[in-house]
Amino acid sequence: MARADGAPGILTTTVQKAAHWAQTQSMWPATFGLACCAIEMMATGAAHYDLARFGMEVFRASPRQADLMIVAGRVSQKMAPVLRQVYDQMPEPKWVISMGACASSGGMFNNYAIVQGVDEIVPVDMYVPGCPPGPQSLMHGILTLQAKIVSGEISR
Amino acid sequence: MKRELHEVWITGTEEPEWVKRSTDEGAQKMRPEEKGGRLTEQTGTAVDDDFIIEEEIPEDELMIVNMGPQHPSTHGVLRLQLELEGEIIRRSKPIIGYLHTGMEKTGEELSFLQGTTNVTRMDYMSPLFNELAYSLTVEQLLGVEIPPRAQAIRVLMTELNRIGSHQVFLATTGMDIGALSMMLYGFRDREAILAFFEKTTGLRMNHNYIRPGGVAADLPDGWRSDIDGIIEKALAGMDQYEALLKHNPIWEERTVGVGVITAAEAIAYGITGPNLRATGVDWDLRKAQPYSGFEQYEFEVPVGRNGDVYDRYRVRVEEILQSLHIVRQVADSMPKGDYRTDDRKVTPPPRARIDQSMEALIHHFKIFTEGFKVPAGEAYVAIESPRGELGAYLVSDGGAKPLRMHIRAPSLANLQGLPIAMSDSLIADTVATVASFDPVIGDVDR
Amino acid sequence: MSDDQTTDPQMDAEAPMEADQTAGSESLVADLAGSIGIEHQLSSGQDVFIVPKERWREVAAATKDAGFEMLVDETVVDYLGVKDVRFELVAGLVSLQHNLRVRLRAPLPEDDMTVESLVPVYPGANFYEREAYDMFGVTFEDHPDLTRILMPDEWQGHPLRKDYAVGSVPVQFKSSPEAS
Repeated sequence: MARADGAPGILTTTVQKAAHWAQTQSMWPATFGLACCAIEMMATGAAHYDLARFGMEVFRASPRQADLMIVAGRVSQKMAPVLRQVYDQMPEPKWVISMGACASSGGMFNNYAIVQGVDEIVPVDMYVPGCPPGPQSLMHGILTLQAKIVSGEISR
Repeated sequence: MKRELHEVWITGTEEPEWVKRSTDEGAQKMRPEEKGGRLTEQTGTAVDDDFIIEEEIPEDELMIVNMGPQHPSTHGVLRLQLELEGEIIRRSKPIIGYLHTGMEKTGEELSFLQGTTNVTRMDYMSPLFNELAYSLTVEQLLGVEIPPRAQAIRVLMTELNRIGSHQVFLATTGMDIGALSMMLYGFRDREAILAFFEKTTGLRMNHNYIRPGGVAADLPDGWRSDIDGIIEKALAGMDQYEALLKHNPIWEERTVGVGVITAAEAIAYGITGPNLRATGVDWDLRKAQPYSGFEQYEFEVPVGRNGDVYDRYRVRVEEILQSLHIVRQVADSMPKGDYRTDDRKVTPPPRARIDQSMEALIHHFKIFTEGFKVPAGEAYVAIESPRGELGAYLVSDGGAKPLRMHIRAPSLANLQGLPIAMSDSLIADTVATVASFDPVIGDVDR
Repeated sequence: MSDDQTTDPQMDAEAPMEADQTAGSESLVADLAGSIGIEHQLSSGQDVFIVPKERWREVAAATKDAGFEMLVDETVVDYLGVKDVRFELVAGLVSLQHNLRVRLRAPLPEDDMTVESLVPVYPGANFYEREAYDMFGVTFEDHPDLTRILMPDEWQGHPLRKDYAVGSVPVQFKSSPEAS
């Protein structure tokens, strides 16, 4: 039970751990493929590098049904408000993976047209480097995110 | 070509005026027509269909619906504004710019050797084509000759890229229209090609491999058996796709007669590539204005007839087979020699030479820090990419960086034909039409 | 089954267009330039017509009538500091029947950047001209919808001009001030 001073006791901790574990085992990404990274994201979801074995069976088109937003690709000035709107439409708990160099920091496009890092718009939980990151890198990023959620490092 | 409005829709009344006026392009048949009979006769009773179309729909009942920029049809961030009358699209407007990257501005900051890293990310489905167009234009300005082996390697890699791009077309179009297995088939078969690219260029995508002067590195050992394996896998995959789609009645219902664009309209809008060839115009830059030694290889150019989604799909399927044929010819006839031009002012010397020769070291330094200078002038060279005519227009003022770098994007022109192809069709046909035009928004927006 | 269409349109592998680069075809371009009365140059081995900007649509229409059915490109180049007239409007035309290419170039002075739109002649010029307007500020008369196409609608400035900074943010450890 919870202790008198509010800190989680044995039962609550176990429930919390179980809840975190459950959150990770069936994360559904929202389709937010923008550019080249989207192709690698699709390849990760395809048969060779199957993402479905980690519970990401479907990429939900509607953000209302998704919990993970993988920002795959460069975010332009016109797209930034759309990105924020889609993020806001996702229900809690939600996580954001910034896939690729352009989403993480603007990439090789240090100019007027690209938002220099999607973390200027949404809070990011995991940055996956690469241009584009291969499917193995993306999977590593996703699994690391899952490990962080389970350990409680990222709490939502 | 006309599709018939199913007569059950209008029970007992004459066809309303607006139906007669409309071009009827996408009006869907509700049931396949039985031989010699209508639904009413079939069941023996008059069917009172509750889908009754009013005589006239007033102007203020036109509904404007937005598709995108974030939507599951995986063609990127395209926004379509549709004006609907009921379920029929009266007008549509593609709104682009959601992926504008300022690549042409960035191109002015990068040297001519670095330019390919920038350009390769425009049409990200076929990155080697962007690099090829850019490199050919730089070489036209420089006036250098490319050795035959480099040209053959370029043809080999770009044709493999064409196969990969068309496989993704089949995958995404199939998925959009409902054949979900196509997504898995297409991406599975592409993996063999991507593995070969990774072995040769170092990357699965956005390779920066074809550079002004030749290619970045020679083909790896054992490339011949890799190519044979790729051809075998691709052909086996093609058998599966044909079995699934080619004579599939559902596929045909959704694609035949849908999204029609005529040859005259296509030419007026500057549409090129498989979209143009599906309308019946035999125009392929590899045959008409050959580059990189294409005149040595024997291949056919598939040409369609009706300009509908089905024809665009068939043209691309046949192009995969023709590209496999070209790949086999190139592999059989690969000449020996240098994989890049000898001119040391343009291509960096081999790394081993840098230790031995001061001149090589200086050339290497100059090329990678300052960049090689290109004589003043302007040139435009176009190649045949999987989406159409991809051209690079470069203006040089004699320095190491281009004064203006402009890429003629085939998808931008193809998108202009989209409202024409989608007029008077249903929303469900929109998805099929957009997918069949195969736009890559990185190319459109640059 | 529907009787709209045969289910397997034969893929005609028709004989490819004759790549007839004989002297006869090339003189077509020279003759055309002569008949319209404009300057014809060769730039990097490619045919170029230098067109005064007042005659832009007229020359394009005449070239279309001579057999150049397709407009493949229309863009602008900013020659700030390099040439006297700052901008140049460039259009590429292709003739499928003659298998020829020609490029039209029209100098545009900075203080008078209005030119006739090619949309009545080539409908495919629509998006290209919008992009030229968006990126350079060139105004096209009679264009059906001259609005920004790549940048957001309320963006100020024309990004591809030479006096518009590339907009890079400073990156740690990069020495060059114009790092990109």
